Amino acid sequence: MYMEEGFRLFPEQASSVAPRVDALYTFLLCVSGFFTVAIFVAIVYMAIKYRHGRPKDRPHPEPEQLWMLEIAWIVMPLALTMVMFFWGAVLYFEIRTPPEDAIELQVVGKQWMWKIYHPQGRSEINELHVPVGRPVRLRMISEDVIHSFYVPAFRVKMDVLPGRYTTMWFEATKPGEYHLFCAEYCGTEHANMSGSVYAMTPAEYAEWLQGAPAETETAQTAGSKLFTQFRCHTCHHDDSELRSPPLAGIFDKSIPLADGRMVRADDSYLRESIVNPMAKVTAGFQPVMPAYQGQLTEEQLLLIIEYIKSLPPRGARGDAS
Amino acid sequence: MTTEAHVAHHFDDAEQQYAAANLGMWLFLATEVLFFGGLFAGYAQYRYWYPTEFAAGSRRLDPTLGAINTAVLLTSSLTMALAVRAAQTNDRRGTVRLLALTIVLGSVFLGVKAYEYYHKYDENLIPGRSFSLSTGHGDSGDLTTLDSSRGVAEAREIDEGPVQIFLSFYFAMTGLHAAHMVIGIGLLGALLAAARRGAFSSDYFTPVEMTGLYWHFVDIVWVFLFPLLYLIR
Amino acid sequence: MTNPSAPGRNYLNVDYRFRSWLWTTDHKRIAILYMISVTLFFLVGGAAAVLFRLELMTPRGDLVIAETFNKLFTLHGVVMVFFFLIPAIPTVLGNFLLPMMLGARDLAFPRLNLASWYIFMTGGLLAIGSIIAGGVDTGWTFYTPYSSTYSNTNVMLAALGAFVAGFSSILTGLNFIVTTHTMRAPGMTWFRLPIFVWSHYATSIIMVLGTPVIAITLLLVALERGLGFGIFDPKLGGDPILFQHLFWFYSHPAVYIMVLPAMGVVTEIVPCFARNRLFGYTFVAFASLAIAVISFFVWGHHLFVSGQSIYAGMIFSVLSMLVAVPSAVKVFNWTATLYRGSVSLDTPMLYALGFIGLFTLGGLTGLFLATLAIDVHVHDTYFIIAHFHYIMVGGTVMGYLGGIHFWWPKITGRIYPEWWGRLSAGIIFIGFNLTFFPQFVLGYLGMPRRVHEYVDEFQVLNVMSSAGASILGVGYLIPLAYLIWSLRYGPVAGPNPWRATGLEWQTQSPPTTFNFETTPVVTEPPYHYDPGDFQMERIEQSPGAVQGTAR
Repeated sequence: MYMEEGFRLFPEQASSVAPRVDALYTFLLCVSGFFTVAIFVAIVYMAIKYRHGRPKDRPHPEPEQLWMLEIAWIVMPLALTMVMFFWGAVLYFEIRTPPEDAIELQVVGKQWMWKIYHPQGRSEINELHVPVGRPVRLRMISEDVIHSFYVPAFRVKMDVLPGRYTTMWFEATKPGEYHLFCAEYCGTEHANMSGSVYAMTPAEYAEWLQGAPAETETAQTAGSKLFTQFRCHTCHHDDSELRSPPLAGIFDKSIPLADGRMVRADDSYLRESIVNPMAKVTAGFQPVMPAYQGQLTEEQLLLIIEYIKSLPPRGARGDAS
Repeated sequence: MTTEAHVAHHFDDAEQQYAAANLGMWLFLATEVLFFGGLFAGYAQYRYWYPTEFAAGSRRLDPTLGAINTAVLLTSSLTMALAVRAAQTNDRRGTVRLLALTIVLGSVFLGVKAYEYYHKYDENLIPGRSFSLSTGHGDSGDLTTLDSSRGVAEAREIDEGPVQIFLSFYFAMTGLHAAHMVIGIGLLGALLAAARRGAFSSDYFTPVEMTGLYWHFVDIVWVFLFPLLYLIR
Repeated sequence: MTNPSAPGRNYLNVDYRFRSWLWTTDHKRIAILYMISVTLFFLVGGAAAVLFRLELMTPRGDLVIAETFNKLFTLHGVVMVFFFLIPAIPTVLGNFLLPMMLGARDLAFPRLNLASWYIFMTGGLLAIGSIIAGGVDTGWTFYTPYSSTYSNTNVMLAALGAFVAGFSSILTGLNFIVTTHTMRAPGMTWFRLPIFVWSHYATSIIMVLGTPVIAITLLLVALERGLGFGIFDPKLGGDPILFQHLFWFYSHPAVYIMVLPAMGVVTEIVPCFARNRLFGYTFVAFASLAIAVISFFVWGHHLFVSGQSIYAGMIFSVLSMLVAVPSAVKVFNWTATLYRGSVSLDTPMLYALGFIGLFTLGGLTGLFLATLAIDVHVHDTYFIIAHFHYIMVGGTVMGYLGGIHFWWPKITGRIYPEWWGRLSAGIIFIGFNLTFFPQFVLGYLGMPRRVHEYVDEFQVLNVMSSAGASILGVGYLIPLAYLIWSLRYGPVAGPNPWRATGLEWQTQSPPTTFNFETTPVVTEPPYHYDPGDFQMERIEQSPGAVQGTAR
């Protein structure tokens, strides 16, 4: 199941974008190959044909007549590079824009390991299990320095930054085990901040998700414990309308701010509101919440946010009770 | 003293030498613009991200002292310009006096700056581990009293991180500016010694003029720093 | 001190005292000081490369431990970039030749020129000091927050070394620009300037406008480490990506600081050995300026996967593509210069043609990196390593060696052994390609850069690369040996052994302290070669002939 050993020139194509990146790569290889060979042949040919000591009447070519030639070799590279640009940009847009229906996993990078949380609660270290044929979105953050999540067989890579979420997505197309590397130099054991991505059939993946050891708790449960441990619940409780904005169902809603702007309560907003609550205060509330900058690890923040996201909207809860 | 005596061996004439010095100085100032430019770019970016914190940081600075320093520095630019004029008109005594006055004004600026730095140190506003917004000396009776007590109140509700970044920019920008002032005063000192010997005349005053350009540049940097750091809140 | 203009005197034998070298303001002597300095730095950086290429022969980290490996590649990068590639051609060949090509007696500010060397050496000693004190492990890019907060090594010293060396670069660029503007000989109009001067002019613009930005950036990193400033610290709300923007605002143009002067060298060599006028002089001249200007607007292509917005990525991608156009114009014009020429393949020409080939490949692979979707895959892999070594080693080092051989008779008054020259040029070309071509494949396969251990399937290509590196290493040592040998035993060169045009060839070899007996007057355009004159005294003046008479 592991990548076959031995000599090869192209990495395995195991994601939906991989063949398309390779097609573009092949196009550039052809262009480069053509010009390299053309220049090489031209130099060798002329070095022999016009070699020194070969007497011949050789008047100067008149440069004045060769403007058209200069224009030609300005326009030609320009046209070719613009083709490369558009082709590359269109594909890049897709690589950077995750589909709506993607499964979302949480990734925390730290010196020198990857920790990954699945929505159903299972977490893993330096391994990533994903189903084939489903887009998977990774929401990533680093505890310390800059890392970069890189799966060559999928042709995707994205830096994992401290203090800011980045996302990447892919859709595996072929079951198998693939390399996972950290591509951004991150310190002593950078080379060993690596692991494996296992692409599985949906059935196998579902089975794997169930196979979590009994004692592991879901991200939401862990988040809820942290929510209590850090005394968040003393202000942010069900009847907290006066002191604090209600959190239930807040995720992905548009929120009016005290300064009149509107903001979408996505992961980044929720994270910012915990570490630096003064930055964007919800309209109608006093800026009284203490900042948690430096007091929570990114992993804890991520779990708390998962917990907040799991809270059902008010109405829904009322109906249920 | 003839013109030719000042022409270095590799120049054809004084005109060529002057053109070289002039162009060289302007290029150097272009370098300096980019040198400060990196800081200004970073400052603008962070100001956009953290308007509240930068305003809070700015309130910890004393605009009165800043304004005094601005006046001192602008006056020193005037005396510098007059010193160049004096050198051009063979006014040796005037050159010496005006250069000395410029040095005095530059030193006053640095003195006020040092006083401000000391207060920042006193209030734990030097970036680093001991940085804290809540230990301001609200009762010390100095010019910053009002702002400091307000700062204490604010500290409870504001993220200190970006405020520290503001003060990092404050120290980096004013520190770099002060370093330029120190170099400038050194150059003026050398000019002063040369002017006393009577080295400058209407035939040859390039060093005075070039140092003047540098001095005015340092002055202009401050004219940008003062509103950015002290006034915009 | 003897009279510098007495017969038989030149800039080398005018004064033998050690002091006369350390206090010289002669641009040619300062060039020699730089030549010795950058050669030493090259050997230091090269030794580090040999060690880590040995380590990479096997997938496991068995020769050196991770810390050592990280310090080795950092040492290699810092020393090679800041203390060899950036200064090499401008400070050695540029210093020596720029005033002579303009018909001037010296650079505009000779004392500033000497100060530049002292500043450069101070920076170099700080950097070397950081190694002696235990090394640095951040990579030459000093990325925050690793460099500012997490690394436990001597980042301050190394960053200060690069900071200080930057001022040397600024002052050299300033000196070149002023000299080009104000010190041209009568008749030397802008469009009679050799392309070497145009290239150095363009390079100097980047040095003057780009270097201060990295200086302030490295200063901020040092302040952050030393005093706890928080500008790049994410814990305080600082942005480590801001560092990358500021860093690459200089460091991408810096790539053109490295390669533009080499292009200038090649543009002098190719017409001379093709006995032909330079094809498209105006286009080549303006291509240099175009590269310098565009270079300031492409830095964001280093941040395609750093979380920069998609649209910023697209803008930087399209701007980066534009650099290909002036580069291609140069390559086509050099190649076309051979057309109907009279080509002889002496050592400088071999290096120049090698430059054209390798630069073509390096430039074309740059297009892969400017193409967004491909960069996502190959960013921070060995593909990048291969690409920039094709530009910096295949380009800059080939150009430097070609220039050293071309002007060696002028600089030293001696001729290097031609057979050895051709041999080492061939060895370097083969060794270079064997070292770096496999790295393109490795990169596309996904091998990340800066790793001391890697997965087994990458080993074959790594062994090829290491084998090539050993050949390359030998290739570099041969010229070092025979060039030193030629100082004493090489045949004496006349004023113009290549029968080249250009003012530097119209004075004795080695030149006198003030270069010219009388200020030359320029009456014709540059590269006034004629392929029909192939039978002219070239044979009499060829190295072999001179050697014959010398014995």
